[in-house]
Amino acid sequence: MSLRDNPLGELRVPLTWTAGIVFIVVLIASVAILLSDRRGSFDVDAYGRPRTLSDKVLAPVGDALSAPGRWTGAGVDTVSGYFFAVSENRRLKAELKNMEQWRDVAIALRDTNERYRAVLGLKTDPPIPMASARIVTDARGPFANSRLANTGSEAGVKPGNPVMSENGLVGRIVGVTDGASRVLLLTDVASRTPVMIDRTNARALLTGDGGPNPQLAYLRGMNPVRNGDLVLTSGDGGVFPRGLPVGVAVKGLDGRWRVALASDKAPVDYVRILLFQDFTQVVNRAALDKVQPPPPTPGASTLPPPEPEVPAAAAKPAATPAGAAPAAGATGPAAKPNPTAAAAKPATPPAVTPKPATAEAKPASATKPPTAKPPAAKPAPHPAGATQ
Amino acid sequence: MSAGGARPLAPWRWLGTPMLMVVGLSLIFAIPSLRIGEWRLPEPVFAVPVVFAWAVIRPSMLAPMGVMLMGLFLDFLWNAPTGFWPVCLLLPYGLVLGGRSMLAGQSQLMMWVWYAAATALTLGAGYLFTMLSTQNDPDPISVGWQFLATVVLYPFANQLIERFEDADVRFR
Repeated sequence: MSLRDNPLGELRVPLTWTAGIVFIVVLIASVAILLSDRRGSFDVDAYGRPRTLSDKVLAPVGDALSAPGRWTGAGVDTVSGYFFAVSENRRLKAELKNMEQWRDVAIALRDTNERYRAVLGLKTDPPIPMASARIVTDARGPFANSRLANTGSEAGVKPGNPVMSENGLVGRIVGVTDGASRVLLLTDVASRTPVMIDRTNARALLTGDGGPNPQLAYLRGMNPVRNGDLVLTSGDGGVFPRGLPVGVAVKGLDGRWRVALASDKAPVDYVRILLFQDFTQVVNRAALDKVQPPPPTPGASTLPPPEPEVPAAAAKPAATPAGAAPAAGATGPAAKPNPTAAAAKPATPPAVTPKPATAEAKPASATKPPTAKPPAAKPAPHPAGATQ
Repeated sequence: MSAGGARPLAPWRWLGTPMLMVVGLSLIFAIPSLRIGEWRLPEPVFAVPVVFAWAVIRPSMLAPMGVMLMGLFLDFLWNAPTGFWPVCLLLPYGLVLGGRSMLAGQSQLMMWVWYAAATALTLGAGYLFTMLSTQNDPDPISVGWQFLATVVLYPFANQLIERFEDADVRFR
């Protein structure tokens, strides 16, 4: 049927206006979609079904498209390996000689380490299982840095799992589907990773900004970092295990401390996904919640008995041991003056006295005069100067 | 005189084919091994020249939907928040569409300048949305690289404009 035969063919609408209206409707729809995106939380549900579906489709497509590059790379490696076999052999021999010395050092250190662990009864982290994957697509723009790996939930990969190349930490998993998983890189503007400086043990938050070198934010202490310091994951927060190599600290052009990522030493084509579960996932929280809190220790200064204001004359001859008075002063309203109780007090030993230096006593005494002061020197609520 | 000028422009020619080209080129540039030594190739936004050309060629009811589809594809490919690239691309589309009569007949160089302005608007909107959603400033140098990588794509936009601007006589 030709356009002329169509009954709606004669219908005339001003195209410019309708195009403008369609544009506004589409813009409003897009803004609504953007505002309803819950991806910021990185929850499993927030990742969304359309996104998992698109990852599932994109993974084999990216795999097929990157195959020629992989084959070319493998071919170049084979040819260069053939031509540079002699020099490579020399280099490897020198490296082996160097490594043999390190092997002896490592054996000695391992032995010492095992002894220390045995002596201290230290509970070490269990070994972490891994899954290997190949990277099939790469987003490297300023607003999103992520990669798609061709291994997913069938290998036990879960959101939050750390991802490493042979050189260092790459990022973590933020979305998983069957046969594909999305890796959020350390350089992504939404990425935050708790790290530590190996030399000083100083903590920082590695904050991506879309550039190649993420920043070290919230660094504390005096000179906590120097150029070339090794940066490792701190394990704080339980998302990453402690001690994964991240990179080396460098001073950025903007004067901020940044990290030259270890994983950038070579193209990231194959990765290891650590099937790491943090403490909060491993532990049985319900069982922990069932445990009753321990009863208060008898004689502890955390809950001192109310002690009344003791007149100086009555208290002096009794030689009340130090420590009781400041704790009593910390009780606030319960420490009202009570002459009758004060008179009876010297006859019975105060319950708080034996442990003036315990850790529990510290908060109570922190805002009060030292424990060595006699009770007479503590004129209740009035400041010393006010009574003069 | 050929009768081609009076023929209505087929949507698949000026909308469908460029859209597929954007999808293909974006996928190719997402290959992980695209590096020169230790230097990663910048990531151009291939959709910008197409969006600019669509707005210049003629007003259309299908083009905004095409822009939205391309944006959604980029969101899923690059793992941006859903709706991020549709909004970033629709803003310059609307602006260029509104100033279409002003752009008509300008020199190549001036059109390139306008194209650069449209690219700056796209990436500026992206910068703003990212800053608002992550409470963190994206690296301006990386944004600059993406801007340069996208601005050099103007010849593609020009080719589309040259090919389809006079294809529909109603919008000459």
